[in-house]
Amino acid sequence: MTPPTETTTVPTTEVVDTTPTEAPPHPIVEFWRYFSTNRGPVIGLVIIVILVLVALFADVLALHPPNEQYREAFLAPPFWAEGGSTRFLLGTDDLGRDILSRIIFGARVSLSIGFLVVTLALTVGVALGLIAGFFRGVIETGIMRTMDVMLALPSLLLAIVIVAILGPSLLNAAMAVVIVQLPHFVRLTRAAVITEMSRDYVTASRVSGASAFRLMLITVLPNCLAPVIVQATLGFSTAVLDLAALGFLGMGAQPPTPEWGTMLANALQFVQRAWWVVTFPGLAILITVLAFNLLGDGLRDALDPKLKR
Amino acid sequence: MTEATVLSADNLARYYEVSRGPFSKAATLKALDRVSFSVAPGKTLAVVGESGCGKSTLARLITLIEPPTAGSFVLDGIDGATATRTQRRHLRKTVQMIFQDPFGSLNPRKKIGTILEEPVAINTDLSAAERADMSRGMMQKVGLRPEHYGRYPHMFSGGQRQRIAIARALMLSPKVVVADEPVSALDLSIQAQVLNLMMDLQDELNLAYLFISHDLSVVRHIANEVLVMYLGTAVEQGAKETIFDHPRHPYTRALLAATPRVNPDDRKERAVLKGELPSPLNPPPGCAFHRRCPHATDVCSIERPEPRMVDNRTVACHHAETI
Repeated sequence: MTPPTETTTVPTTEVVDTTPTEAPPHPIVEFWRYFSTNRGPVIGLVIIVILVLVALFADVLALHPPNEQYREAFLAPPFWAEGGSTRFLLGTDDLGRDILSRIIFGARVSLSIGFLVVTLALTVGVALGLIAGFFRGVIETGIMRTMDVMLALPSLLLAIVIVAILGPSLLNAAMAVVIVQLPHFVRLTRAAVITEMSRDYVTASRVSGASAFRLMLITVLPNCLAPVIVQATLGFSTAVLDLAALGFLGMGAQPPTPEWGTMLANALQFVQRAWWVVTFPGLAILITVLAFNLLGDGLRDALDPKLKR
Repeated sequence: MTEATVLSADNLARYYEVSRGPFSKAATLKALDRVSFSVAPGKTLAVVGESGCGKSTLARLITLIEPPTAGSFVLDGIDGATATRTQRRHLRKTVQMIFQDPFGSLNPRKKIGTILEEPVAINTDLSAAERADMSRGMMQKVGLRPEHYGRYPHMFSGGQRQRIAIARALMLSPKVVVADEPVSALDLSIQAQVLNLMMDLQDELNLAYLFISHDLSVVRHIANEVLVMYLGTAVEQGAKETIFDHPRHPYTRALLAATPRVNPDDRKERAVLKGELPSPLNPPPGCAFHRRCPHATDVCSIERPEPRMVDNRTVACHHAETI
């Protein structure tokens, strides 16, 4: 970056205290350096990338259509087990549908719904938290006490109640999970906003005459995002898990949608005869949730300035 | 008050209501109680006093962050206490602030250029290119390099950050700069650089400084006038030489005696203060200082001393002539 001649010339008298002119690393490069020091989050990230690719190219990867019923092969075991064939790699379910293909298409459902849930909960939650933390007083009390009420109910129970009111469908289940997740985002954002509001740079913006809108969105919000990003990744895994649970209870995706939780619910009665019908969808849920949790933990460490060396 | 006054305050006060639980009456905290002063362009008024004496409250009032409870202050011919919306907008360009902590006063997510241009973007209609020119010019003025324009605050040392903060305060060409302990967070070697920079800029731009500090050696270096505060009230006020050489108020004496000296011959006999700073929620009757004052008599605990002229300075003490 710096021409070598610069180090030999005497600096101008105007510049009194100087830093070394070595160019600082780009923020993304710096972030990656901290993120990649731990192996867990990187593994999580790799799994998530694979999952996203699988969901995107489900049509190409799946050997069978997800809802095609092969009448000649009910409850066929996976290929390595006795009686299995390579035609159905992970076996078939009670209706003769290929489990691997259904899991591949299920990734599409789970990831897109998870993404929708987190996006909605994040947007609404951050907006409410920002308003509560910025204006304080009656507005804050109103928002926060409502969130406390929502937190007081067990999350799955609340989701079931909401689905019961709205009627069982995948979208309604997603809305229910959004409402369940909302308080976490609101509380997190509010706490971060209150901390930042007392800092001098906010006062400096005020002295410059910044409007409330500008203070909120341009000055304060970008400094509150690190914990919210972490919560979003962790919220993603909760969303996948809650949706699977709702699907298992018959309140989420309706058959024949290839959704992991619904697959578990439908095959439950065959679990003693055919272990593969519940094992593989269950593993898919487990691996996805684990990957997002690993990523979330890694992000928390990488975005926390106190842990930086 | 003469023509050449850019900032003057008249009996400025700020009280806070402090809630003491749901069943007792709210208490009144007199953070700032009837303080008057004036500053001429190109001059520095230093406000000194220990923690909790109302220095920072004064800064918040003058920079329009909070309205005063009583009294008035006139900035560039406009009464800041009763200013209309349009007048306040004008006043924001007149008065700017430099903060104590250079690590908290710069937005960590914004580049230096953006930080410097924010006041201009809010208060003027200049184009982005003009704003960039302005901030580059200002960076050069405060001794920052052009390549610092696109960097983030965490890449700078404390002294450089304070230069950035000074540059930001000057972007709107203010007439008054309120500096709230601008060097107390810096290394001693950097303090002198920043102070000299501030003094150079004052000469160049004819700035009036309201310089808040508890460091008397810094004040001696930069101030023209000194205002000594104790528990929200002004106890002594006058030209720097008068206050430093012949303090009349016992509190000023104690403050000056507490300054460490390198040369043992310069050390005066230390008048160690007894007791603690009283709670501003429950200030002592009469003179606020009488319980710690070595010269206190009966009148001090009954009657509050009013500021009066003694020996070329304003002093609020019953015994100013005899001490």
